[in-house]
Amino acid sequence: MATNSSLTSGALASGGQHHVTDIQRLASEGLTAYFGSAAAIRGITLGVPDRSVTAIIGPSGCGKSTFLRCLNRMHETIQGARVDGRVVLTARDGKALDIYAKSANPIAVRKHIGMVFQRPTPFPTMSIRDNVAAGLKVTANGASTPRRTDEIVERALRRAALWEEVKDRLRTSAVALSGGQQQRLCIARALATEPEVILLDEPTASLDPISTQRIEELLHELEGEMTIVVVTHNMQQAARVSSRTAFFLNGELIETAPTRQLFTSPSDSRTEAYITGRFG
Amino acid sequence: MSEGDGAAVIANGDDAPRPLRIVGSAIADRVYTWVLTAFALCIPALLLLLVIALGLAGWPAFRRFGFAFLTSSTWNPVAGIYGAAPAIYGTVVTSIIALIVATPLGVGVALFLSDLAPRRVRQPVAFLVDLLAAIPSVVYGLWGIFVLLPFLRETLMPFLRDTLGLGGTVFFSGPAYGPSMLAAGLILAVMVLPYISAISREVLLAVPRSQREAALALGATRWEMIRGAVIPYAKSGIIGGIILGLGRALGETMAVTMLIGNRHEISASLLAPGYTMASLIANEFAEASSDLHLSALMAVGLTLFVITMIVNGIARWLVWQVGRTGSGRP
Repeated sequence: MATNSSLTSGALASGGQHHVTDIQRLASEGLTAYFGSAAAIRGITLGVPDRSVTAIIGPSGCGKSTFLRCLNRMHETIQGARVDGRVVLTARDGKALDIYAKSANPIAVRKHIGMVFQRPTPFPTMSIRDNVAAGLKVTANGASTPRRTDEIVERALRRAALWEEVKDRLRTSAVALSGGQQQRLCIARALATEPEVILLDEPTASLDPISTQRIEELLHELEGEMTIVVVTHNMQQAARVSSRTAFFLNGELIETAPTRQLFTSPSDSRTEAYITGRFG
Repeated sequence: MSEGDGAAVIANGDDAPRPLRIVGSAIADRVYTWVLTAFALCIPALLLLLVIALGLAGWPAFRRFGFAFLTSSTWNPVAGIYGAAPAIYGTVVTSIIALIVATPLGVGVALFLSDLAPRRVRQPVAFLVDLLAAIPSVVYGLWGIFVLLPFLRETLMPFLRDTLGLGGTVFFSGPAYGPSMLAAGLILAVMVLPYISAISREVLLAVPRSQREAALALGATRWEMIRGAVIPYAKSGIIGGIILGLGRALGETMAVTMLIGNRHEISASLLAPGYTMASLIANEFAEASSDLHLSALMAVGLTLFVITMIVNGIARWLVWQVGRTGSGRP
């Protein structure tokens, strides 16, 4: 679905696994995030390449989720939390914007940078269809007619590889779905608003192996058309789904490299220690 | 004891200690069951006895007046004619006023405390609202007589009737004495407010943070988050809180008796005095000299009880409906 860019069409055709473009869709610069006076991450400068999957790995408490939550200004919704530094979002038209600029509105930022959480978070009172359409209601480019909404919902569900399973019960409650289906529903909900970037915070941590595999396949399919950042504590998952991996430790970015390189010849001894299972 | 020995004992069944211990614990279990069942049965039994007593005592009045007891507006102990329609009407109207005023206020306060208020404001405000429930009914009544009624008579009622021009409608016509269904409804609103707000607050606080974050991550504003994710999730609990408030409003006696004006009359105007079932009983039980009068009061009591039961039944059904069409927790 390379709509308005020819830059990546070659990479798209090849499945996108190893393509690297120069465009950084999202880039943090000296990002430090606090809970109260304690810094959870310090001075993170990390670029996320366009239309690819970037994985963030690291042991529990290393700040990888906090970093992710800074990328769409969710971190600051926690009381006492604040952020220093810049995160530059490069829009499809090439315009670069700092999402932490004074003039930036966090609500507008979140409309362009979608997020999927560790546990599936369907809205329990809404039907499957309404769950997917939930984000459309609050975005200006949302659907004007029920029919248009139906089209968007179908497209999002197809992209999330859920359509075939739910097309006959779109009006039923979303909580009747299995955990894995709920998570794909949340991915569809995030896709429906056509965000520039999607952030996934350990999206398979609460799922069984089969559901995990489906989500990983889905990420693989979306690579090349979406810019995705996925936090995972599962190194094999990072190796399977991402083209680029960043390793966090104790609130700092230790190393970032193409995934294959990071897992086969890491340049930092701490990265090597982690991926060979000496800690974490 | 080795495993082999144990198996032999069970197989032979002639070693006393083990089977005896099993029998002993079964008896204890049965005793527990019976005692707890007896406790549990006490409550429905009490309820049943209450209904039977009210029914028996009220039966002469029901037999004498039939259905007219519920529909007639004449309540004349001297002539021995009893019709409870004004009291039923007043009970329902004052409770509705109370809910109309207290529901948005109570849910609003709860939302403020759960989602908007800074952390250090929350506890004090929540405490103050809860404190409203601790004030005795008669104190509300006293406050109502000396503060609320003058305010209504001199400010609010003329304002509603004349300034806003609502006097043209039947609901706000007629003279403004002060004691009225409006006054009783407003005092009830203050009294049920803490119930609605405390339960709504608990329910809203129980909405998982993940639901709020899911909405925020979609680019929802705070209000869109509250309306789209928080309130739907908490809806059945909020309705439960409103119903609890309604139950209290229907049965509240003292403050209402002091403010409603105690007149057997059905008037569409909220500025007019009226009566409620509870205040009717409270006012007349001491002077009920004839058997029929007493029986009529008992019948009013039974009617109030039945209406409260019906309201609670509807409420249960509502909560169940809401729960069924959605807020099943994921």
